[in-house]
Amino acid sequence: MQLTHARQFARDSERRSHADARHDRIFRRLLKFCALLVLVALLGAALSTLWGGREVLFGQGLHFLTSDAWNPVKDDYGALAPIFGTVVTSLIAIVLSVPVSFGVAMFLTEIAPNWMRGPVSSAIELLAGIPSIIYGMWGLFVFVPFMSGIEPVLSDTLGKIPLIGRLFQGPPIGLGLLTAGIVLAVMILPFITSVMREVFQTVPTRLKESAYALGSTRWEVLWDIVLPYTRSAVIGGIILGLGRALGETMAVTFVLGNSYNITSSLLMPGTSISSSIANEFNEAVGLHRSALIALGFLLFVVTFIVLLIARLMLRQLAKREGK
Amino acid sequence: MSSRGLYIRRRISNAMAITFAAAATLLGLFFLVWILWLTLVNGISALHGSLFTRITAYGPEGGLANAIVGSLMMDLIALLICTPIGVMAGTWLAEYARLTRLGTVIRFLNDILLSAPSIVLGLFVYMVIVLPMSNLTQGAVSFSGFAGGVALALIGLPVIVRTTDEMLQLVPGTLREAALSLGVPQWKLTVQILLRAASSGIVTGVLLALARLAGETAPLLFTAFGNNFMSVDPLDKMASVPVAIYQYTNDPDPALHAIAWAGALVVTLFVLALSLLTRLFVSRKKASYE
Repeated sequence: MQLTHARQFARDSERRSHADARHDRIFRRLLKFCALLVLVALLGAALSTLWGGREVLFGQGLHFLTSDAWNPVKDDYGALAPIFGTVVTSLIAIVLSVPVSFGVAMFLTEIAPNWMRGPVSSAIELLAGIPSIIYGMWGLFVFVPFMSGIEPVLSDTLGKIPLIGRLFQGPPIGLGLLTAGIVLAVMILPFITSVMREVFQTVPTRLKESAYALGSTRWEVLWDIVLPYTRSAVIGGIILGLGRALGETMAVTFVLGNSYNITSSLLMPGTSISSSIANEFNEAVGLHRSALIALGFLLFVVTFIVLLIARLMLRQLAKREGK
Repeated sequence: MSSRGLYIRRRISNAMAITFAAAATLLGLFFLVWILWLTLVNGISALHGSLFTRITAYGPEGGLANAIVGSLMMDLIALLICTPIGVMAGTWLAEYARLTRLGTVIRFLNDILLSAPSIVLGLFVYMVIVLPMSNLTQGAVSFSGFAGGVALALIGLPVIVRTTDEMLQLVPGTLREAALSLGVPQWKLTVQILLRAASSGIVTGVLLALARLAGETAPLLFTAFGNNFMSVDPLDKMASVPVAIYQYTNDPDPALHAIAWAGALVVTLFVLALSLLTRLFVSRKKASYE
C-alpha cells in the first residue's frame, strides 16, 4: 500500500516536472517571439517603404536621387531639394546646440552647487518631454515673427561678410532653413545635454581630483581630463542628436515654408524629407505617393545608419567601464 | 611668458568658460520657460467648457471633444498592444538573453527604434495596415483608429522594452536563486516574483511610453487621418488632439489657432504631468534601493 503511494508520488512529480519543462519552453518561445517583433518592426519599416517607393526608386533610379525637380503636374520627382533641406536644417541644429549642450552639461556636472543640479537638469529634460507639435506651433506663431525681426539685422551684418555673407541674404520673412534649424536645435538640446551629463559623470572622481590637486582650473579639468576620457560617447551623443534632428517632422513642417528649392541662403524657405511627406502625402496619388514613400525610405536608411554609429560610439565608453 | 601672465590667462579662460556654461544653461531654461509660458497663456485664454463638449465639426465655435476622445482611444489601443509585447520582449532580454549575441543585437536595435523617425513608422503602418485593409474591403475601411493605435504602439514599444529590461536587471540575483532552489519553474519565477519585484519600474516604463506617444502627430497623419465628428469605432477614421492642432495651426483662421493653443495646453499638461509622475516613481524606487 505504501509502496504504491510512493510510486504514485514519484509519477506525479515526474509528470509535473515534465509539464513545468514544457511550460518553460512555451514561455521562453513566447517571450523570444515578442523580442523578435522589435526586429520585425525595423525590418518591416524599411522593407514596406522600399516596396511602396519601388516605382520611383527602381523605375527612375539615379534620376530620383540626383534631380532637384519636384513637379506633381508632370510627375517628375527628384529627392535633392528635400534631402538638402533635411541635411542643412539638421546641421544648423547640431552646430547651434552642441556648444550650448556642452555648456549646460559642464554647468550641471562641474559648476552648479549640488542643490541646483537636480532641479535644473529636470527642467532641461522637460524640454525633451514637450511634444514636437508644440515646438511647431511655437515656431510658427512666436518664433517666426521674432526671426523676421532679427533677419534684416543678420543680412546687414553677417550678410556683408564675403563668402559666408551669402548664407544670410534673402527675404526677411522669418520662415526658412535657419528658423527651422534653430527650432530643431532647441528640440535636440535636452537629448545631447543628457547624454553629455551622464557620460561626464562616469569619469572617475580620482582622475578629476588628481587634476584639481595639481592646480587645474575647472575648465582645464573639463577640457583636458573629462572630455578626452568621454570623447567617443560625447560624439555618440551628438550623432544621436543628429539622428533626432534628421527625422523630426512636426517642429519643422510649419516653419520651413514648404518650397522645393536649393539655395545658398539660409534665410530662404525650403523643405525637408519629413515635412514633404507630412504636407503632401494625403493629397498624393500614384507616382507622387510613391515618390513620398521613397523619400521615407531614404530618411529611414539614413537615420538608421546615423543612429547605428551613435549607439556604437556610446557603447565604447560603457564597455570600458566593464558594463 | 612669465608665470604670472600664464596664471592670469588660465584664470581668465576659466572664468570665461564658467560664464559661458552658466549662460548656456540660462539660454536652455529661457527656451523652456518661453515655450511653456506661451502655451499656458494662449491656452488658458482659449480654454472654454466647449473645448471638452463640442466637436471639431463646428469649426471656430466648436471644441476638441471628438479629438480628445479619439486621442484617448488610440492611446489606449496603443498601450494595449505595446505593453504586453514590450514587457515580454524586455523580460526575454533581461532573463533569457542578457549576455547572448541575439539579445545584444535586439537590445541595440531597440535603442535605434527608440529614436527612429516617427513619420516613417506612420508610413510603415500605412503600407501594412491601411492599404491592405482598404484593398480587402474595397475602400470601406481605410484610415482607422486601429491603424493609428498600431502606429503609436510602435512609438511606445521600445520605451517599454528598455525600461522592463533595465528594471529586471536591477532585481537582485539572489531572489532568482532562492526561487529556483525551491524548484519553482522559471516561468513562474519570472511572472510571480521577478515581474512583481520590478512592477513599479515597469509601470514607470508604461507611463513613459504613454507620455511619448500621447504627443505624437506625424505617425497619425496617414493612419488615423482625423475626423470632424465623434467616432469611437476603431475601424473608422479617428480624430486626435495632435492632428487637430496640426490642422488648425495650418489654417489661416485665428479663431482656430486659439482652439489649437487650448489643445496644445491640454496635451502639454497631460504629457508633462505624466513625466513628473514617472519621476516621482523613479525617485521613490531609487530611494528604496539605496
